[in-house]
Amino acid sequence: MQEQQSQQHQEEEFEPNIVGLLCHWCTYTAADLAGTTRTQYPPNIRPIQTMCSGMVDPLYVLWALLGGADGVMIGACHPADCHYVSGNYKCRRKTAVLKSILNTLGLEDDRLWLCWISAAEGQKFADTVAKMVNELKKKGPNPISKYWSA
Amino acid sequence: MTRFAALEVQNGNLIETLNSLWRQLFEKGLVDDLLIPQELPSGSNVVQTLVSNIDKLESPNPLAPVMSVNSARIVSQMTKVTPSPKKIGVVLRSCELRALIELVKLKQASLENLILIGVDCFGTYSVKDYVKLAQDGSSPADAFIKAVKEGKEDPSLRQVCQMCEYPAPMNADITIGLIGIDFEKSILIQAFSAEGEAILEALELKDSPEAEVTKRDEAIAKLIELRTKKREEILEQTQKDISGIDNLMRTFAPCVDCHNCRDVCPICFCKECFIDSPTFEMESEKYLGWAERKGTIKMPTHTLLFHLTRMAHMSTSCVGCGMCSEGCPNEIPIANIFRLVALNTQKVFDYIPGRSLEDELPASTYQERELLNVPEKL
Repeated sequence: MQEQQSQQHQEEEFEPNIVGLLCHWCTYTAADLAGTTRTQYPPNIRPIQTMCSGMVDPLYVLWALLGGADGVMIGACHPADCHYVSGNYKCRRKTAVLKSILNTLGLEDDRLWLCWISAAEGQKFADTVAKMVNELKKKGPNPISKYWSA
Repeated sequence: MTRFAALEVQNGNLIETLNSLWRQLFEKGLVDDLLIPQELPSGSNVVQTLVSNIDKLESPNPLAPVMSVNSARIVSQMTKVTPSPKKIGVVLRSCELRALIELVKLKQASLENLILIGVDCFGTYSVKDYVKLAQDGSSPADAFIKAVKEGKEDPSLRQVCQMCEYPAPMNADITIGLIGIDFEKSILIQAFSAEGEAILEALELKDSPEAEVTKRDEAIAKLIELRTKKREEILEQTQKDISGIDNLMRTFAPCVDCHNCRDVCPICFCKECFIDSPTFEMESEKYLGWAERKGTIKMPTHTLLFHLTRMAHMSTSCVGCGMCSEGCPNEIPIANIFRLVALNTQKVFDYIPGRSLEDELPASTYQERELLNVPEKL
């Protein structure tokens, strides 16, 4: 009983770390909007501003995941809305490649989320972070994080 | 635009017959220079050579079962800055041709003024194995051709060759056909372009009987089937060996961060690789911070990140030539891993590297309605 309780306690304690690679023209601004409108969302995400989802090199995602991040969110403009015409479409291709690689290597590709969130969707940003935190809590910590040798 | 011709083999000597073919290319002015593998005078290895004087064409042997360098790199080196002003005949294997097509698409090589001569390939040995085989003085190439004739597949060939589904060249102007052909009597020369046809014309070769062509096609299909089966067998094991973070770290444990696998890769062309860029020149505080957070970090850092990044950057164009495994000093089965990963990433876009100059590189194009399951459903 006590053991069960302590296990439960541990699970409650796990707070996932999410690295957010957010496009300046949409999701990053949406995060700003969520802030200025005082929309509450879990503080688990570390937003990093990028000029476009098309410039998110797969290396950044892999670096975060191998470094022990529990999740990575790429925030991109909705299809047909890219400030630079096609960056989000190219990002989708790169994400597909990356997910394929993670799958082949038996790593968890569902720790990587590609999200279409426009600059006006502050609420959607907050909801998405909450949803992602929830899903990652169910999954538990990134198994890579316990190794010093990765 | 395809034409088939038969080249009669004189006195059953395949190499001599091919030599006379190369000579005629020069003598009839069909090429000014020839890029062709030749046996070194010591006999201990076969290397690519650029021949401009026909008298110095001493020991050409494009059939020797060894590939020291993927020659697509060499062609890129020669044609990237300016296309060739002279007509060069370039003798390549299938994986070299396919890598070259990828490099042209990546704007790292030009096919202008090149005559691509593809040679059927039965597989190659590791350079170190070839050198060992050549040590006793006999030519490993001759023994190899003899074994092929008897229908034997040597288990000591490089693993990537044993599972290569492209024994016949693609996208060549002319191909030297050997698979399924009784090459003691004649070999099959095929032209796939106007330039190739002009060469057959100039060489005054007679048309090949249709039956020979069918025989080769059937033999190729059989070989592909055999190798695809072998591929599934090898890659199934590879999948088991690498799957999951524990196995992955075990597999890459011998990595010493030398980056040879990248340096010999024909597709990894970047002048400055991301991993060598200032992004990875970090203040000591960074390292100390990581160490503090984890208690210990492995040094050098980022070896696994290097391999995974390379997969993300180039696997859609990986032709499976296996030079990466050749370059690895610690025998990490890197080529098998890349073949496995690449098969899956290429499948995403139904892309086959080297298949056609018309197929756009997956990373440089997109469709508006595709990969709809990749973004999260929110």
